[in-house]
Amino acid sequence: MKDIQNKFKITLPAKSANEAFSRSVISAFIAQLDPTIEEICDIKTAVSEAVTNCIVHAYGSNYKDNQKLVIISAFFDKDGLVTIKIKDKGCGIHDIDKALTPMYTGGNSDERSGMGFSIMQCFSDKFSIKSTVGKGTTVTLKKYIGKHEE
Amino acid sequence: MDMTTLVKDDKMIVYISGEIDHHTSREIRENVDRMIVMQRPKTLILDLEGVDFMDSSGLGLVLGRYKKIKELDGNMYICGADDRTMKILKMAGVDKIIKSVDNRTKNPN
Repeated sequence: MKDIQNKFKITLPAKSANEAFSRSVISAFIAQLDPTIEEICDIKTAVSEAVTNCIVHAYGSNYKDNQKLVIISAFFDKDGLVTIKIKDKGCGIHDIDKALTPMYTGGNSDERSGMGFSIMQCFSDKFSIKSTVGKGTTVTLKKYIGKHEE
Repeated sequence: MDMTTLVKDDKMIVYISGEIDHHTSREIRENVDRMIVMQRPKTLILDLEGVDFMDSSGLGLVLGRYKKIKELDGNMYICGADDRTMKILKMAGVDKIIKSVDNRTKNPN
């Protein structure tokens, strides 16, 4: 059984202004675990990528504004393992393997580098993704925080 | 996010500070591109010293400007990237395509 020490859940409109807000929220939340600067940066970057994906890819023009949501939830246990879920209720991903390929982008005219998932994988200890076409996508990031000695 | 541009002869230095993400990269991109078209620099230097956060949107921004300046037969360099920013640039192999220059030698004076 998980010994959850603290948790939160927020629902935000899928607007690009909320990318910076999401980063601030997650860094404030993990501050309780006495993280290193490096750990804060890793988590902020991974969360930024996941939230940006929801905003850029999840919702096409066939969604109403009030349907375009990003749901971020997180908790940590007594071992300092932080679990973060970033979820959308958008179009889903047809081919996850392809989406995970470095430099691949499901692109639009914007300059997307196709490195989002690679960065999420690199900057977290565990990464998983679950997607259903037409229902949405959930990315789960896990990372140990504050395990440094002294 | 703040952006300052310095032009001297055929060299253009763009100082970017603050956070580069999907939200801010559009404005930076539009501003830099407008300046490139106006000034037609032979050398473009992106100074990233003031950047305190960058995600993969920054990769798109850097690579996109490189493409743009190459189309106009110019060269592009980056400088001032800290370890975090460099780590992300290296993940996409950008460091192999776009050279970094020393902060002092890039000075147009």
